[in-house]
Amino acid sequence: MDLLASWLGNVPDFAVPYALAALGLILTERAGVLSLGAEGLLLAGALASIGTQLAFGVAGLSLLAGMAAAALVSILFAVMVIVLRVNQVIAGLTLVFFCQGLTSLLGTLLEWTNQPIRGLPALALWPLSELPLVGKLFHQNLMVYLTVPIFLGVVWYLNRSTSGLRLRAVGENPQAADAAGIPVLAYRFAAVMAGSALVGLAGAYIAVLSTKMWIADMSGGRGWIAVALVIFARWSPWKALAGAVLFGCIEALIPQLAAAGVRLPQYFVLMTPYAVTLGVMIWVALGGRQNNAQPGALGEPYVREERR
Amino acid sequence: MPNALQLTGVSKSFDGFKALSDASFTVKWGEVHALLGENGAGKSSLMNIAAGLYAPETGELLIDDNKVQLKGPADAARERIGMVHQHFKLVKPFSVAENILLGLPRSDGSHRKRLRETERLIAEKAEQIGFSIDPKKTVADLSIAEQQRVEILKVLLAGAKILILDEPTAVLTDQEGERLLSTVQGLARQGAAVILVTHRMADVKRFADRVTVMRGGRTVETLDPQQVSIADLVKLTVGESLPAPAHARSEPGPALLSVRGLKSPEIGGRRILDGIDLSLRGGEIYGIAGVGGNGQSELANVLMGLPEPSEGEIALEGFGDLRTADMDQRRDLRIAAIPADRYGLALAGGLSIAENFAIGQVHSGRYGPFWLLREGRAREETQAAVERFDVQGVRNVRQKAALLSGGNAQKLVIAREFSREPRIVLAHSPSRGLDVRAGAAVHQRLLAARDSGAAVLLISEDLDEVLALADRIGVMSAGKIVAEFERPADRQAIGKAMVDHV
Repeated sequence: MDLLASWLGNVPDFAVPYALAALGLILTERAGVLSLGAEGLLLAGALASIGTQLAFGVAGLSLLAGMAAAALVSILFAVMVIVLRVNQVIAGLTLVFFCQGLTSLLGTLLEWTNQPIRGLPALALWPLSELPLVGKLFHQNLMVYLTVPIFLGVVWYLNRSTSGLRLRAVGENPQAADAAGIPVLAYRFAAVMAGSALVGLAGAYIAVLSTKMWIADMSGGRGWIAVALVIFARWSPWKALAGAVLFGCIEALIPQLAAAGVRLPQYFVLMTPYAVTLGVMIWVALGGRQNNAQPGALGEPYVREERR
Repeated sequence: MPNALQLTGVSKSFDGFKALSDASFTVKWGEVHALLGENGAGKSSLMNIAAGLYAPETGELLIDDNKVQLKGPADAARERIGMVHQHFKLVKPFSVAENILLGLPRSDGSHRKRLRETERLIAEKAEQIGFSIDPKKTVADLSIAEQQRVEILKVLLAGAKILILDEPTAVLTDQEGERLLSTVQGLARQGAAVILVTHRMADVKRFADRVTVMRGGRTVETLDPQQVSIADLVKLTVGESLPAPAHARSEPGPALLSVRGLKSPEIGGRRILDGIDLSLRGGEIYGIAGVGGNGQSELANVLMGLPEPSEGEIALEGFGDLRTADMDQRRDLRIAAIPADRYGLALAGGLSIAENFAIGQVHSGRYGPFWLLREGRAREETQAAVERFDVQGVRNVRQKAALLSGGNAQKLVIAREFSREPRIVLAHSPSRGLDVRAGAAVHQRLLAARDSGAAVLLISEDLDEVLALADRIGVMSAGKIVAEFERPADRQAIGKAMVDHV
């Protein structure tokens, strides 16, 4: 019983980075830009937030710095794929390797590695925090609680605002959006930057609030899981949140199982999210319904005067 | 009536191809003005400039006699210009109302309120012009005719007073087309300026107040359709008769390929191919003329062995049903195919010239068994073929095929396809996009193949090409061969057959 309670209590800490990163990717990809660079953006956000935290010690500022850093790095990506129309897969992969190298280098040069920092204290949401079994779910840092309004806000924007409608039109059929007078490239640029900022926030969360120190390559493949999560969720934020919680549960299970003496290969557990994603993709393909969820112009650069 | 929209001296080129040169066009308030011309005459390009989608290289655009510069479709919308594109610009997974909301000017209030307001406006406007449409329906679930109504409502609700309709009746049945055009005529009577881009003479005669004819990227003349006969309109659209280059009348041999009752499956009451009968004889060029989109591409696909459902008979002398032949057998049967999409279907741009040349016979073992590719031999033979077929711009046969210009790419395709004395040549728009010299070289090759006894099928939207080369000409319209002509054929008669049956 105690085991179950402490497991549940750990789930949000693992789930929040997935959720925020997947949400950011959905925002970008709904505008038709395939973003595979999440792993790199996580690292950019993580390093910048650690640096800010070490300098000022204000967690809120550090999280904002993480967002800003990822958005800044994503400008490079956006110029490549939107303006220069470089292949989005290649540009995304390049971004990952670039960020991995750059953050490792900077982290070492600036001597930020392994310097422990203080994160944010856990806030108890009374009276929910006093509930049996699930009470620990409501002993979390502020950012965990903030994830909920962030989700609500992005979902509202995408589905309930005119600007969100335009963004989705850009991702579904940029020719139609352009003919309707929507600035396609500007929307895509903004979507890349805003989405990347959310991924950066996820990276900052991992660094400042979860791990509480900088270690090179500390994102440890979470960016890739977020990419898979978006496909798994068929570009729906709520499904992505559910997936993030599911993967958070799996990941939170590892230390619990170890503590309980169950010996399960660590790599088996780390593999599960990908296995689930593979399974979902095959299931969707067999159902023949894959065309209704993926943004119609995902991965396609847009240029107005192209003759076919 | 005062001028609504005026385009003067407009030029525009794409990748060196001059789509428009010095085109001028004026539409007045309250009229339906038809823009008439063959495929590729530049009608759509000119209208895309008016809609702000393309930027003209030279020329001016005037609205209400004031000079205006359009930086994009948003500017055009501000000037109350709205275009219904031939290929609809609708977001399929969105509802009708959401699609229309996209094009509306920004307004206050919550999204939900705006959406509801848009739904109300759609219902009101639809009622007013006699459309029936459910604004809540998803566009993907609508028929083509309904989608077109959405497009029209979209531009009207966005406030368009200058309405451009690009080939609006091409996708509609006759009754639907007539209903649409009377609606549009009604809009003009209420003061709008309507531009009707079309190649249908009948629509022009019935619904247009004035007509401007385009040919080869130029605006030829503006006329009153009531004062001019269809024959004269045809003459203006297809151009004056040119004397065909002299080439000896061939001695046709026996039929090599016979097509009987070739049909596509019925979709929505229409068949793209609707009973094609033709026979190709050795030593003869059979030309298929017609306005694009009447089933030529589908016919070419069926004959060239590309995926295309069909029923009916395609009998190849000494083989049987051509459709049962795989690509290897086709090569063995010496069937040469020159598809219209030369970079998409005929060549692999990322592979080298030598690889593109040799690929046709790699399978047959000419360049070694399956575990070995004799590249040296392939390169030698490519080099020889490149010289024989005058493929220029080849520094090295190992360079990528994509680096060849259109004309030389086509020569490479022909070099490969003709490397084994073809018995049957299937060519679809073989000189499209080529300059005069390269086009002439392609024509020489087709004539040479004919003279050596091959049966040549030439499908082309370029009437000049067909007239110059073909010994017999079939006119294709709505999936049928509607008329056949022997050489020398009367250009006017062919032009009339092309449009009469549409």
